[in-house]
Amino acid sequence: MALKGRLKDFGITQLLNLVNLARKTGTLYLESPEGKAFLCFRQGKLIYSALRGEEKNLLALLQEAGKLTKKQVQIIESNMAGKADRDIAMMLVQAGHIKQRDVASSMHQYVSGQMYHIFSWQEGTFRFEPGSLPIQGKMTVSIALENIIMEGSRRLKEWERLQDEVPDLDVALKFAERPTTPLRDINLTVEEWRVISFVNPRNTIRRIAQSNNMSEFQIRKIAYRLLQAGLVEFVHAPRQAVVHVKGDTLGRRDKAQGR
Amino acid sequence: MQTLKIVVTGPFSSGKTELIQSISEIDVVSTERAISREAERIKEATTVAMDFGRITIDDELILYLFGTPGQRRFNFMWEILSEGMLGFVVMVDSSRPETFLEARRILNTFRNYSPVPYIVAANKQDMEDAWPADDLRIVLKMAPDVKVVPCIATDRESVKAVLLELLYSILAIMDRDEVE
Repeated sequence: MALKGRLKDFGITQLLNLVNLARKTGTLYLESPEGKAFLCFRQGKLIYSALRGEEKNLLALLQEAGKLTKKQVQIIESNMAGKADRDIAMMLVQAGHIKQRDVASSMHQYVSGQMYHIFSWQEGTFRFEPGSLPIQGKMTVSIALENIIMEGSRRLKEWERLQDEVPDLDVALKFAERPTTPLRDINLTVEEWRVISFVNPRNTIRRIAQSNNMSEFQIRKIAYRLLQAGLVEFVHAPRQAVVHVKGDTLGRRDKAQGR
Repeated sequence: MQTLKIVVTGPFSSGKTELIQSISEIDVVSTERAISREAERIKEATTVAMDFGRITIDDELILYLFGTPGQRRFNFMWEILSEGMLGFVVMVDSSRPETFLEARRILNTFRNYSPVPYIVAANKQDMEDAWPADDLRIVLKMAPDVKVVPCIATDRESVKAVLLELLYSILAIMDRDEVE
């Protein structure tokens, strides 16, 4: 019997709690304005997750993690076309190209990363199909839900705070004219340097995120840190002249047309 | 002859009136009124004060069943109805997860009125979307010693099973108190 409902009434945390405590096996399908996803559980543990349109195969994950080069991926893809991720992983491990723990850690990071993304969904519907696991040939992991629930809740709170601090991603950043922190005392991470290199009054925060392949959460976090350090400031768009034309406003129409 | 007062409570449209109607040996004294609010029109009428029914268990024991109104705006009746109760049933519509939180709130409210035994009836188990009783136990955060039983309020046998479970809990406490 499928469990159905709305996320507004029964949130992700409650669903994960139920799956965990009842040690359920099955698939949770989610449909929200933010996207569609399915999460697979075995005996109350998260074993697979997929966001519709953002599914990545094992080779892409290993390349992202720096375990395989682009050229290696191309060669493997041409030699093992049509093979399932599980078979590819077995071949790579047996041939000594990668270690089993690298595969496991890449999958763990990918599955839990998707789960944390889904954590912020508050609207939409869910359906839990007990017993069904549509993961043939996929690489699976086994992640305890207690950790996911705790970390997800923490991130959710952080996300809410970041949304308050950096509410609009369609504004640009510029370097502060008088930085509040002495520059020699600042240590930036690789990601922060990547963002810094795009800081320019013509680039919106959203565009910087897209250029660096960063999620909204990541870019908000970095922008917030740079703002807090006093290194950058928001560039507020000049006020648009609003001209009333037969009950409509030109400014509004221009915005809708992306001018 | 001993009489036991049992209160049947739960959220709006969870099946309280149906449960009492299914089992009562007398015509249920009901205070149903047509629903005025558009948002609540998932059924025709709702209890505004109470339902009353009676079951004779044997020559020695009669159960009086009091059903509470489910809507919050009539909750002034809850405490009045809970006076002298020896146990209560919390009805949950297993097919409407949006009411689970309200069921938990009502349960806690009644637990605070009086420390009597209670049981959760996971109602509407005949519906396709019904959540199993075991899942409701987790969702409602019930202690292992609290009974959460599947129920179909329109089925007399199912209702009998629910009330018997509660009765066993009440009698166990009465026996324990007598021994002490």
